[in-house]
Amino acid sequence: MTQKKFLYVNRKAPYGTVYALESLEVVLIGAAFEQDVRLLFMDDGVFQLAKGQDTAGIDNKNFSPTYSALGDYEVTKIYVDKQSLEERGMSLDDLQHLVWEDEDDDWAERDSIVLVDRSEIKEIMEENDVVLSF
Amino acid sequence: MLHIVNKSPFEKNSLQSCLSCAKEGSTILLIEDGVYGVLKNSAVSDAITGAMKGMTICALEADVKARGIADKVIDGVKLVDYNGFVDLTCDNEKLQSWL
Repeated sequence: MTQKKFLYVNRKAPYGTVYALESLEVVLIGAAFEQDVRLLFMDDGVFQLAKGQDTAGIDNKNFSPTYSALGDYEVTKIYVDKQSLEERGMSLDDLQHLVWEDEDDDWAERDSIVLVDRSEIKEIMEENDVVLSF
Repeated sequence: MLHIVNKSPFEKNSLQSCLSCAKEGSTILLIEDGVYGVLKNSAVSDAITGAMKGMTICALEADVKARGIADKVIDGVKLVDYNGFVDLTCDNEKLQSWL
């Protein structure tokens, strides 16, 4: 199968709409078909990665632990827009610590999340074959 | 009067419109994605703290906890449970939902 570079752009908060959950499912499917998958979280999408989510009181499934499985699906590039975090009073410390294991370096743990600014996002959007927006 | 906002203030201007139209003495209840309005140090936190001088700002605790922001809520925001939500709708003669 030809491998393509997929970029998933996530701009919605979790739970208020179904976009975040649907995106995560499509990402996992794409990764299972061994496509080159990368994720970008911006605008309210950065809230998807917030740590400490507890949905017991709202009758919704807490799907946030699933993000930590992305490393096992060889999703190693998770971009987060710095400006979106700042506008929301958030920082990297407020997000889950997502890692992947580097096969070429004795399975050393590496951080998956990379903070990017808008000029970097311009380049990231261009360098993919397919952009899927949620 | 009770005003209810359920949309993220970073995606829709419902909260901003609500705050500019609500009279002093009103209660603003944030639910669902609206609870992101109570985040400290955000682009809208000044509008919330300003509104708190004349209005009561509440947020539904279950929605706050679901979104992992319970430890980042602006001081003075009142967290209410579902019973508190019901009480607010009973105690206020008029209610407006900002969709």
